[in-house]
Amino acid sequence: MFESFPKSFTIPSFKLPTFVSAVGAKLPQWPHAVVLTTGLNAAVKMRLLPEDSLELLEGKTFLVEVLDTGSHARFTFRGGLFRPLFKTGSPATSEGATVVDDLVFRANLSAFLQLVARQEDPDTLFFNRQLTIEGDTELGLVVKNMLDAVEWPKLPHFPGFATSSR
Amino acid sequence: MPQIKLPELVCPAGSLPALKAAVDNGADTVYFGYKNSTNARNFAGLNFDEKAMIEGIRYAHARGRHVLMAINTFPQPGREAEWRRAVDGAADLGVDAVILADVGLLDYASKRHPDLRLHLSVQGSATSYEAVNFAQREFGVRRAVLPRVLTLAQVELVIKNTSVEIEVFGFGSLCVMNEGRCWLSSYATGESPNTVGACSPAKFVKWEKAPGQMNTRLNGILIDRYDDNEPAGYPTLCKGRFEVNGETYYALEEPTSLNVLEILPEIVKIGVSAIKVEGRQRSPAYVAQVTRTLRAALDELGRDVDHFKVKPTWQTELAKVSEGVQATLGAYNRPWR
Repeated sequence: MFESFPKSFTIPSFKLPTFVSAVGAKLPQWPHAVVLTTGLNAAVKMRLLPEDSLELLEGKTFLVEVLDTGSHARFTFRGGLFRPLFKTGSPATSEGATVVDDLVFRANLSAFLQLVARQEDPDTLFFNRQLTIEGDTELGLVVKNMLDAVEWPKLPHFPGFATSSR
Repeated sequence: MPQIKLPELVCPAGSLPALKAAVDNGADTVYFGYKNSTNARNFAGLNFDEKAMIEGIRYAHARGRHVLMAINTFPQPGREAEWRRAVDGAADLGVDAVILADVGLLDYASKRHPDLRLHLSVQGSATSYEAVNFAQREFGVRRAVLPRVLTLAQVELVIKNTSVEIEVFGFGSLCVMNEGRCWLSSYATGESPNTVGACSPAKFVKWEKAPGQMNTRLNGILIDRYDDNEPAGYPTLCKGRFEVNGETYYALEEPTSLNVLEILPEIVKIGVSAIKVEGRQRSPAYVAQVTRTLRAALDELGRDVDHFKVKPTWQTELAKVSEGVQATLGAYNRPWR
């Protein structure tokens, strides 16, 4: 009965309509940072993130901005944990201009999803101008390579979502 | 139907997931390196510690694949011991071969570890059969990786005049390819692949976004400016746009990628032993995409070399991950001799 399922699931490239970001930017932004840092801290606790790379993140501030949803998450890494930062306003308006983030990633939702799913390589998205990286470039490379090196725990195998193999 | 011996597909790994992606998608061989300046892809957070190397070698060997370690930079004065330690480490770990560039290090490895298989790195810059045969005679080198400056006819000439296996590049980013002899990055930053193992190290790179454009600076020097819809490239001096005699253009090299699919039958027919994919700095997604595509092409070629046709889906897949707007055959089809 599962034979009609696609062999593997791919995230398409898409851009949400502009009204989404107009609405999204007016919503509170703290939940995004809370969700993101909770996920990252789970990875820290499972020792999935290499410690020598984590040390380099100490005290740095990060901003992840999803352009077409109008949302962003600002957080830092301190004392072994990722912590959300709430104080400043949206970077899209200039309210957040008081904070200079060490590292800023900007992309549309589909690009971020493709990155998280390891469907696309960040360099590919960068070459194609779908991902921008501003601030401390070396820190950006540390983060990228740290996430690349993670061996995510294997999810249970569902028919239709089999990963490709030779 | 003519049968042909397929070259080994050699794929890059900057992390354990990338190594596994290469193996799972059909690489015959993967190459990796240490997290230090013995490695010409010495970028922050990239590469393998010993634990990851052990697991990577186990994973590949369990599936009948080979693992090569690249120790392909040049030992710096007073620090030779670091490079020797890397060679000793490779021998202890049981890799299938080490890829070396420096003649002093080749000499050390051949004397200290006579059973360790030696490959001459592209950074060793051997472009003639005399150079390749010298490395064989003096150090017992078994394979040489040719720099990306030779035409197909020149590659063939080398192969006809040596018993050393010849490996050539099949896919990846191109630069000025003055391989093993390039100091352009040092000119701007004081650091280059030959000295610290990285071209244009990230700590010197700044991307500045402004409305409608993006500036790329290397150690403060403006090396390129992209409009919002223009594809970007790696921030290296050789791929920057400069004003020369009142004209601003890619004065040295355009950001491009090498892609040999179109001439794959010729490469195989002249007796190339291995085809290498560039990109240890790339993510597991790239390694999976490129390995899968080249595996499919090589397997197709193995079925019937004379009726091989490049599938458009392969080209689309490779074009997507390429640096720059165009994929080229590099020097392979240049008319020079």
